[in-house]
Amino acid sequence: MEENGKRIYLDHAATTGMSKRAVEAMLPFLTEEYGNPSSLHTVGQKAKEALEGAREELANLLGATAKELTFTSGGSEADNQALRTAAAWGKRKGKTHIVSTAFEHHAVLHTLEQLGREGFAVTLLDVHENGLVTAEEVRAAIRPDTCLVSVMYANNEIGTVQPIAEIGKVCREAGVLFHTDAVQAAGHLPIDVQAQNIDLLCISAHKFHGPKGVGLLYCRKGIPLATLVEGGAQERGKRAGTENVAGVVSMAAALREAVDGMERNAASVGRLRDRLIDGLSRIPHSALNGDRTSRLPGNVSFCFEGIEGESLLLLLDQKGICASSGSACTSGSLDPSHVLLAIGRPHEVAHGSLRLTLDAENTDEEVDEVLRWVPWAVEKLRGMSPVWKELEAGEKQFLL
Amino acid sequence: MALYSEKVMDHFTHPRNVGSLPDANGIGEVGNARCGDIMKIYLKIENDIIVDVKFETFGCGSAIASSSMATEMIKGKPVDQALELTNQAIAEALDGLPAHKLHCSVLAEEAIRAAIDDYNKRSGKTPETPVIKG
Repeated sequence: MEENGKRIYLDHAATTGMSKRAVEAMLPFLTEEYGNPSSLHTVGQKAKEALEGAREELANLLGATAKELTFTSGGSEADNQALRTAAAWGKRKGKTHIVSTAFEHHAVLHTLEQLGREGFAVTLLDVHENGLVTAEEVRAAIRPDTCLVSVMYANNEIGTVQPIAEIGKVCREAGVLFHTDAVQAAGHLPIDVQAQNIDLLCISAHKFHGPKGVGLLYCRKGIPLATLVEGGAQERGKRAGTENVAGVVSMAAALREAVDGMERNAASVGRLRDRLIDGLSRIPHSALNGDRTSRLPGNVSFCFEGIEGESLLLLLDQKGICASSGSACTSGSLDPSHVLLAIGRPHEVAHGSLRLTLDAENTDEEVDEVLRWVPWAVEKLRGMSPVWKELEAGEKQFLL
Repeated sequence: MALYSEKVMDHFTHPRNVGSLPDANGIGEVGNARCGDIMKIYLKIENDIIVDVKFETFGCGSAIASSSMATEMIKGKPVDQALELTNQAIAEALDGLPAHKLHCSVLAEEAIRAAIDDYNKRSGKTPETPVIKG
């Protein structure tokens, strides 16, 4: 579907390509150093050394200690294990109330729904039109029986960045565990679990140019980890299964690289983001989703009235532009994205959403192309939309 | 493997019969914006023949392609033949739709029926035989 073989990849929140360094870091452990860390012999012990070296490096990057990290298959598993851990901790203390937000990732929301069926009470905080919660709102929601607050660091769809350190402080003062899904934040925003008072944190390697299928859970020392995968004694008996040595080593290399380049990339990517936001704002009856300033350097999320997001993605794909949408047609259900509904977008507007997520590899020329083709595609689709026609004729009120 | 067949992409990218008909004598609109799909079909019927047809669609790629294909399939046809058009026939003509997109072809079938119903109402006709859905 690409014209002239050009590809403009603007879906980095979905996944990223692996960096050269991350690939090089993992290769030896797929070929020569293929040992099982549980094996006693030299080959196994070399793998064990590499695994523990990577754990040390990742702990340093997160402000944690190596023993506080557990490797998982990715962000979803880590989120599940984090919530199960906090729920078990709470249950032992007779605390069965959880505070979270309405626009968490489904790995969190669906686990909370399940915990709800198991007797936990869950309060989902409003994230307002700007896609932000405040530490004060979290404080007000905490009850004597609250065991956990779970607030994502940065939202995967609209990119808003929550005041994590302030929320962590509130939780610590209240004696409540604080979990943050940092899948979109890791490698892009500073993480220090000590300074930010985080008790449980989850990251996924493929969001920062590492491999897919590997992530980690940080769990503060002293909180007994709940087990999801029963089996062997790997990961101190808390996550069975032969370790993904190559993946973990590569994740460490990728995070190191991302953290080292964070400041520089945030500035350059943020500039491209702002160009896109300014340019797309010129499309009539469009709106940026989420707060303009408190957002990830690479996130651009818009709603365009009168059109449907999937058809927009298809037209852009034909121009070589890879984007994403929160429309129902891309979710496989009748409802559009829960994130867009949570910030108050009406259904008919939420269907017309577009997410562009940038990275350091993107260029000004690519932004020019996007600013050329998105308005073209929106106009083309509006031209055949009966909804748009009614809006233009004044038979319906514009919502944006 | 692509999500859609080449036929779907062709009709999506170059939709046939897009627009409205100022002198339409049968208009049908189905779906709703809340669910992300609205199809509007305009028919111009003379002597029980669909002499012209146009559509407007708010929806995903397969909704637009289904509308386009459906209008092509009924243009120039007698009204009773158009009433026999099934969603399966539309989907087949598009070389298939993904399972979760079949409702788009249903919507196209329903939009045509709604437009013919409207024509019958306007012209004081009632269909001779009840329509049996495929």
